[in-house]
Amino acid sequence: MKKAFLSGNEAAARGAWEAGVHVATAYPGTPSTEILENVSKFKEVYAEWSPNEKTAFEVALGASIAGARAMVSMKHVGLNVAADPLFSSSYTGVNGGFVIISADDPGMHSSQNEQDNRRYAKFAKIPLLEPSDSQEVHDFIKEGFEISEKFDTPVLLRLTTRVSHSKGIVKVDERKDVPLKDYKKLPEKYIILPAHAKKRHYFVEERTIKLREYANTSPLNRIEWGDRSLGIITSGISYLHAKEVFPNASFLKLGFSWPFPEKLLKEFLDGVEKAIVIEENEPFLEEEIKFLGYNVEGKKYIPLVDELSPEVVRKGVLKEELERLPDGKGVQRPPQLCPGCPHIGIFYNLWRLRATVTGDIGCYTLGALPPYRAMDTTICMGASVTNAHGFDKARGWDFTKKTVAVIGDSTFVHSGITGLADIVYNKGNSTVIILDNRITAMTGHQHHPGSGKNAKGEKTPKLDFEKLAKAIGVRKVYHVDPHKLRETRKVLREAMATEEPTVVLSERPCALLPEERKKAKERPKKVVLTDKCKGEKCMGCIKLGCPAISLRDGKAYIEPLLCVGCDLCQQVCPFDAIVEEGQNG
Amino acid sequence: MANTKNIIISGVGGQGILTASEILALCAMEEGLDVKKSEVHGMSQRGGSVVSFVKFGEKVYSPLIEKGSGDVILAFEKAEALRWRGYLKKTGGVVIMNTLEIYPNTVSLGLDTYPENIREEFEKYNVKTIEVDAVKLSKEAGDPRTQNTVLLGVLSNFIDFSVDTWINVIERRVPPKTTQANLKAFELGRGVIK
Ligand SMILES: Cc1ncc(C[n+]2csc(CCOP(=O)(O)OP(=O)(O)O)c2C)c(N)n1
Ligand code: SF4
Ligand code: SF4
Repeated sequence: MKKAFLSGNEAAARGAWEAGVHVATAYPGTPSTEILENVSKFKEVYAEWSPNEKTAFEVALGASIAGARAMVSMKHVGLNVAADPLFSSSYTGVNGGFVIISADDPGMHSSQNEQDNRRYAKFAKIPLLEPSDSQEVHDFIKEGFEISEKFDTPVLLRLTTRVSHSKGIVKVDERKDVPLKDYKKLPEKYIILPAHAKKRHYFVEERTIKLREYANTSPLNRIEWGDRSLGIITSGISYLHAKEVFPNASFLKLGFSWPFPEKLLKEFLDGVEKAIVIEENEPFLEEEIKFLGYNVEGKKYIPLVDELSPEVVRKGVLKEELERLPDGKGVQRPPQLCPGCPHIGIFYNLWRLRATVTGDIGCYTLGALPPYRAMDTTICMGASVTNAHGFDKARGWDFTKKTVAVIGDSTFVHSGITGLADIVYNKGNSTVIILDNRITAMTGHQHHPGSGKNAKGEKTPKLDFEKLAKAIGVRKVYHVDPHKLRETRKVLREAMATEEPTVVLSERPCALLPEERKKAKERPKKVVLTDKCKGEKCMGCIKLGCPAISLRDGKAYIEPLLCVGCDLCQQVCPFDAIVEEGQNG
Repeated sequence: MANTKNIIISGVGGQGILTASEILALCAMEEGLDVKKSEVHGMSQRGGSVVSFVKFGEKVYSPLIEKGSGDVILAFEKAEALRWRGYLKKTGGVVIMNTLEIYPNTVSLGLDTYPENIREEFEKYNVKTIEVDAVKLSKEAGDPRTQNTVLLGVLSNFIDFSVDTWINVIERRVPPKTTQANLKAFELGRGVIK
């Protein structure tokens, strides 16, 4: 048997491939992104980046109905976007096996909330699988396809950041090719007219009863008998943290956790003196158990907020800590836009213009942080456009002429287009800046319909933002290179002052794209002439927010390891104190 | 678990921390041990502070290192060593830190100060403290991008793997064009401790 060192996400891709998956879809989102990136490397699998999670879900469901084994992966908030087809799919059921992967982000390492998507499984009445490590991700996804086909149901495989992004040793196998299932036209199953859906709802309830029975014997659930004075009921990553703190306790380890395996629980409770539930975030298992009438505690010991770790478990349950050294002082080091980032030009100018900015999600959300602090709202993907329209309708033109919406290209395609249609349709006057850096940068550079390539790196038609805006009814569309600071400011002023819907296309590729890196290597870096630099008294280049520039001994300093020679700092220095390497002014 | 070795690798986004932790973990695997490594992708990579935990031994459960159980902090940037001090075990811990200082913009904007006397901050708790000028040694090795391999070389003195294991994994993992520079960097790092 072959062994590999895989992250949870790599293991998901590998397991799905081994299970014979035919179609895989996704929209990127940390911590789920690498699932599709890895599955797209297998030539037997059709893999796509879809424009958003709803489209991704529907494509995968369509493939399943057509007879393929299909999977869709997304981050936790992506399932909110895909919630509509999720609930319908529970009623329709599947043809080929269908696995939905939700990667949740306890601790909010890169997310806007800490929602616990186990609740979606229960809400939509579909089985829930919770692997603890890479090996289990690999094994569970295969089991997931079997369960899906056996019980005619989508299956939710729930990962969390520490499962997705931790690596461990995995025993891997070869692919088993699975033929497509026959396709039959079944209107009563796949057309959820009210009359059909009523019958399907009975089906869903019967299915749940069968799944509840099956959960008791599922190989994904097990009792580990140890010291019987303490029994721990747990699932997912929480199992590993708990095992670390209580290596000798008895465990009810749940991998198939909804519908809840009551018989197994009863056997466990009968065998231990005291039982507690250790789970991250929501009291999902605890509520199930209490509802069944058993008296166990969980959230009495374990916090609702933030991710779990061995020390949180130890503190919560045992009220103690390991002996250790005191925490050291850490300097605040928030993420920043990269040296040479196209977004710098926009946020530097929005700060200079003192604009009100409805923001969105992407690298450019960093425009909310110092030195710019040039953002007023960030709600969810797409909300910049619609929030600006709301501001406009609440406060009128005098306010709107100082307001802009800022949205990335990938985010605009994901869910900004309908908002722009709203502005035009309902006679708004907002200005929308689309930050076209040709890629989905934030999540690690995935293609999207505006980038001209697909998930396999093949060329595809590129969405034309100008034509799209014009077709929606926007009459004034401007183009700017955000690295021409003055010109950009002039265009922004003009667009904002125009009393009708306007779109500004800010066009420059992300500085981390290979072609841009190559250009950077060929360009000379910049240096500061300390005798000309007014340093602390000026702060001009510091306010640009380029991470290569810092203040050292009262003067500006450019770190040569970081500088990409883009020249933005030269544009803002009023004293000509920044020159090319090797020159001295 | 008491019988696992717990290594904290810290630094600033873009310094090659994930490659270094991957090499360390693969060495553990090659030595026949169970191993896990954990880090967070996403926001932290835009120049923010980054950490990777590597744990190996007979059997590893949680991928996270518990505060008070770390054996070594391997820091690619000086202040990023101090941030993780609470993770070291009370006695017998080691810190290896690059002398490189990267000032975040919070310092330039007057929102925070860069920590001082970092070496003393460890030594006062009797932590074995090793400072390495990895920038200089990497240039000596012929490629400034081999700083992470220099630091792995220093770390190798505190871990019970054979030198062959390190060399095999490094050869497998680094871009072929840089193999020579990386092997040289490893050797220079390993030689820091005599
Ligand atoms: C519903 C939802 N899906 C996915 C994400 C993860 N995510 C955050 S921003 C982003 C896209 C950013 O791309 P873009 O708009 O092009 O901006 P860039 O990062 O390139 O500047 C994604 C996929 C999310 N936050 N919410
Ligand atoms: S990854 Fe690209 S878009 Fe994101 S901050 Fe860096 S340069 Fe800017
Ligand atoms: S040229 Fe100036 S602005 Fe551009 S990366 Fe270098 S220091 Fe930063």
